[in-house]
Amino acid sequence: MSAHSHLKTPATANVRRIESPTRLALRRLQRKKAAMLSLSVLSILIAVSILAPFLAPYDPLEMGTGGSFSAPDPAHPFGTDLFGRDILSRTIFGAQISLAVGFSAVLFASVLGVTLGLIAGYAGGWLDMIIMRAMDMLLAFPGIFLALGIVALLGPDLRNAVLAVGISHIPTYTRTVRGCVLSAKENLYVDAARVTGCGTLRIVTLHILPNVFAPVIILATLGVAWAILNISALSFLGLGVQPPTPEWGLMLSEGRGYLRQAWWATTFPGLAIMITVMAVNRFGDGLRDAFDPRLKV
Amino acid sequence: MKYVIRRVLICIPVLFGLTLIVFSMLHLIPGDPAQVILAQSGARPEAVARLREQLGLDLPLHEQYLRYLNDLLHGDLGRSLFTHRPVTEIIAQSAPSTLELAFAAMALAIILGLTLGILAAVYQDSWIDNAAMSLAVIGVSMPSFWLALLLIFAFSLGLEWLPSGGQGTPKHLILPTLVLGFNSAAVISRLVRSSMLEVLRQEYVTTARAKGLKEQAVFIRHALRNALVPVVTVAGLQFGFLLGGTVVTETVFARQGLGRVAVDAIIYKDLSVVQGIVLLIAVIYMVVNLLVDICYSLLDPRIRYQ
Repeated sequence: MSAHSHLKTPATANVRRIESPTRLALRRLQRKKAAMLSLSVLSILIAVSILAPFLAPYDPLEMGTGGSFSAPDPAHPFGTDLFGRDILSRTIFGAQISLAVGFSAVLFASVLGVTLGLIAGYAGGWLDMIIMRAMDMLLAFPGIFLALGIVALLGPDLRNAVLAVGISHIPTYTRTVRGCVLSAKENLYVDAARVTGCGTLRIVTLHILPNVFAPVIILATLGVAWAILNISALSFLGLGVQPPTPEWGLMLSEGRGYLRQAWWATTFPGLAIMITVMAVNRFGDGLRDAFDPRLKV
Repeated sequence: MKYVIRRVLICIPVLFGLTLIVFSMLHLIPGDPAQVILAQSGARPEAVARLREQLGLDLPLHEQYLRYLNDLLHGDLGRSLFTHRPVTEIIAQSAPSTLELAFAAMALAIILGLTLGILAAVYQDSWIDNAAMSLAVIGVSMPSFWLALLLIFAFSLGLEWLPSGGQGTPKHLILPTLVLGFNSAAVISRLVRSSMLEVLRQEYVTTARAKGLKEQAVFIRHALRNALVPVVTVAGLQFGFLLGGTVVTETVFARQGLGRVAVDAIIYKDLSVVQGIVLLIAVIYMVVNLLVDICYSLLDPRIRYQ
C-alpha cells in the first residue's frame, strides 16, 4: 500500500515520458540538413519513376523522335541517341528501372540475409557454424567478381543481374544481424519471455527482431546505392539489362562509342546515376549517424 | 608469431570452400551444363557428349571434385572451351596487366586518401575540409565507367594528352589508375578524417600538446599512427574492391587483363576460364586480407587476438 501511494507522489508524476531510441534517432536525423536534402532528392526521384509515363515527353523505345544524335534543343532537352530516341524520356524511365532493381536486389539480400543471421545467432551450434562459414566463403570473393560468376551461370539479363548483386550482398546482412542477435538474446526480457512459455518463433519475431531493425535499415539504404552502381556496371558491360531497355548503365554503354559526336548520350545517364547514388548514400550516412553516432564517418 | 600461424591455418578451410564454390559453378547451371554451354552453336549430340567427357561430367560428383582438386594442385585449371588454350596460360598472360593496374590504383588511393583525409581533419570545418569531403562524396557516388568516359573525353579526345585505351607504356596507365583509384581514395579519405578527429580527442594527444610538442609532431607521431590502424583494414578491403573494379576499367580502356578476359569468357560461356579467374582473384583477395591482419597487429601492439 505504501509503495503504491509512493508512486503517486507529485515528483514522479512530473517525470517526462522517456522517448524511444528510434524517435530520438529520427529527431537527430531531422536536424541533419544533408540527409534531409538527400531525402527530398530521393523522394523526387521516386515520384519521377512512378509518374514516368506521364512525365516523359516520348515513348522511351520510340525510334526517330528526332534525328540520330540530335543535340539538346527545346524539343529534346537531353538530345537524342543513335536511333533518334529521346534521351530525356529514356532517362526518366531509367529512374524507374534503376530504383526498382536497386530496391529489389536489396530486398532479396536483406530478407535472406536477415533470416540466416537470425537463425545463426539464435540457434548457435553447428547451424551457426555452417551458415557463417558459408558467408565467409561468399565474402572471400571481391564484390563484382561473385556477381560475374553468378551471371556466368544464369546468363545475362535483368533478373539474373538483380539476383547476382543480391546474393553477393547477403553476407553483410547475415553477419550484422547475427552480431545483434547474439547480444540481444542475452537480455533479461528474452529470458523472461522464455520462462513465461513463449515459443522460439515468438521470441525471435517479437523480442529479438526489433533489435536488428535499425542496423538493417541503415545497411539496406546504403545497399541500394551499392546495388544501383553494381547493376548499372553489369549492364554497362553487357551482362545485365539488355537493349532496348532504358537503363542508365546500358545507355552509357550505348553512347560510349560516340563521345566525340554526342557528349549528351553519356552525360545525362551518368549524371542521373551519380545524383541517385549520392542522394541514397548521403541519406544512408545521415541515418547511420542518427541511429549510431559512434559509427560516424 | 602464434597469431600469424593460426591466421594462416584458418585460410586452409576457406581455401577448400573457395574451390568447392568454384567447382560447383559448373553444376549450378540450370539444366545440363554441356548442353547449355553449347546451346549457341546448335549442339549436336556427339558434341555434347564430347564436352561432357572433357568437363568430366560423366563421373560421380565426388570424383569430379577430387579430380578438380588434383588438377589444381598440379597447377592445371583446365582448358578454354573455345580457344583450347590452358587457362593457366591465359591467366599468366593477363594477370600482370591487372595486378599492375590494381597496385597503381591502390598507391594512388592511399596517397590521395591520406592527404585529403589529413587535410580535412587538420583544417576541420574550414573550406579545405568542405572541399575535400565534397570530393570524397562525389568519389563514392560516381560510377567508375562514367568517370572513365569523362576522362577519355577530356584528356584523350579533347586535349589529346593521353591514350584512350591500350597498354604497354606508363602513359597508358594514367587514366585507368585515376578511374580505379578515385573511389577508393574517397573511401579512405573519409575514414582517415574521422579516425584522425577521433584520435585528436584522446587524452594522450592533449598530454603531447601540454608537454610543448609542436602541432606537426603531435599530428604525425601521435595522431596519424593510431589513426592508421582502421585505415589499414579498409585499405585491404579496398584492394579487393579494386580487383573487382578492374573488370569495368579494363573493358573501357581496352586493357587485356583478367577482368576483361572474364567478361569475354562470360559472354562466350567459357566457364573454365571464368572458374580459373574467379578462383585466382579470390585467392589473391584472401592473401591480401591475411597480410592486412598481420600488419594490423604490428601497427597496434595493444591488439590482442582471441
